[in-house]
Amino acid sequence: MQYQLPPVWTKLYRHAVFPEFSHDERARYNFLANLNRFISTVIAPGNQIAFQNRVKPAFEKEKGRTFANRHEVAEAMSKDPVYQSWAALRRCTMEMRQQNGRAVVMRQAKELADKVKQYAGDNLILKKNFKVPEYLRHVDNHLMPGSYHTSYFEGDVSNAANYDSGLFVTSGGMLGSLTDGGGKAIAKWVKEYYPDFRPKKILDIGCGLGHNTLPLAEAFPDAEVIGIDAGEPMLRYGAARANALGVKNVKFIQMDAEDMSEFEDETFDWVQTTMFLHETGGKAIHKIMKEIGRVLKKGGLCLHIEQPQYTPDMSYYEQFMRDWDAYYNAEPYWGHMHDLQPEDLMAECGIPKERFMQIGVKAVNDLDTQKKDDKITEDYGRTPIWNVFGGWK
Amino acid sequence: MSVNAKNELSGSHAGSNQAPVSEQNGAFGFGADILMAGNKSKGKRPYFFNSEETERVLNIAMAAAAEVAVIRERLDTIERLLESKGLLKQSEIEAYEPDDKAAEERQLWHARFAARLLRIIQQEIEAVAKPEENKPMQQIADEINEM
Repeated sequence: MQYQLPPVWTKLYRHAVFPEFSHDERARYNFLANLNRFISTVIAPGNQIAFQNRVKPAFEKEKGRTFANRHEVAEAMSKDPVYQSWAALRRCTMEMRQQNGRAVVMRQAKELADKVKQYAGDNLILKKNFKVPEYLRHVDNHLMPGSYHTSYFEGDVSNAANYDSGLFVTSGGMLGSLTDGGGKAIAKWVKEYYPDFRPKKILDIGCGLGHNTLPLAEAFPDAEVIGIDAGEPMLRYGAARANALGVKNVKFIQMDAEDMSEFEDETFDWVQTTMFLHETGGKAIHKIMKEIGRVLKKGGLCLHIEQPQYTPDMSYYEQFMRDWDAYYNAEPYWGHMHDLQPEDLMAECGIPKERFMQIGVKAVNDLDTQKKDDKITEDYGRTPIWNVFGGWK
Repeated sequence: MSVNAKNELSGSHAGSNQAPVSEQNGAFGFGADILMAGNKSKGKRPYFFNSEETERVLNIAMAAAAEVAVIRERLDTIERLLESKGLLKQSEIEAYEPDDKAAEERQLWHARFAARLLRIIQQEIEAVAKPEENKPMQQIADEINEM
């Protein structure tokens, strides 16, 4: 039996625009990362045990049949004490993580804005009177008050700095010292499987502060990489962060992915989204697909990192567990998006079914010192093994 | 506190993209960060336990537990710094055994601490043990009114 410790927070690489942390603030994050590790590896598996050993038998005895959908599983599980403890603790740590992170960045919001100004360059285009998409304004994704788009004053980046410094806590340090495990994984996979692919222009939609954009720029140094996002503080911080890290071939542009009309048809060799689509909306996603199809070159590559879709062979229990974050970690479109079929989405952006592909990619984590053959406990939606779908146009 | 910070306290983020900068005490005005850190996110908060009260207490207890961990980490830093400066060895701390007087003082501290933690249960038991001293305050008020 083995218990894996999360890496300590101080292993995070602190670039020049990173917020300052006091001793106690670091300790708070270390506590939360460990608490999350315990909850996800020791308490979360208890849900499955409770489900198998008492929730399911009790339901079947009472109804004379088994579950008909994930909603019935949710209703039955909601009464189970193990589930209640797990869910209450998980919600609690998510809220604590936000409060702790906000306390760090809010006290130095002005200094952060100044640092970002120092590292500003010509790699950032913000739009005056930019209209933040409705789906983004409608919810605070991941329980982040103000979400990705709120600046509390002109030049403010506090929400972005909070996101950058705290994702470590949520992910238990599994995304590496620059929280870029997803981007690194996809770059590595593309280079490995398509060694002759030499993209000249790459578009990363919903790039946020560029965690997963910079690895693409670094893996393809001859390419021009453009990251677009609706969130002003994320873009501002991301552009300064890229400068601080010395990544030159990337540009951050404020843009609504539903209308990318400033890009000509067939501009990009590669269009990427990473954990973005589930944070859009039920109508927006189809408009975005159409736009991707338009700006993607014929023969170009389109990839999306997302959680697995629900398929008939996925158990209702697993569907229920994967639904959890949608409702309780405030990513509400996720629940609905799970029911879309990725082949259909790809068809909308011009990738025919015969060229559709779907793979699993594990995050590349430079902090991972553990043995690689360790069995990974599936913590639905919180294990850094990602579902990638897409294809060649 | 800036106008915008006030908006945050009431939970509204709408239209705050271009809010004015407060000139006093950093970005938001003195102490505003304390309140803004704990802003609620949009949407009704789910409660998972059968009683919201239980979950409320859990959340407060976890916050207190976090601070215990923070103090423990800080103490560990102090011990290591003292050791690196040659003032103290951590092994000395491990090997330390209090003399009788110190041991008694420490036990007394532990006893008081335990009693503080569990005060409410002690008092609930006293209520059962002495019903005559556990009358509703309205009744006591009415009785005092006749005294």
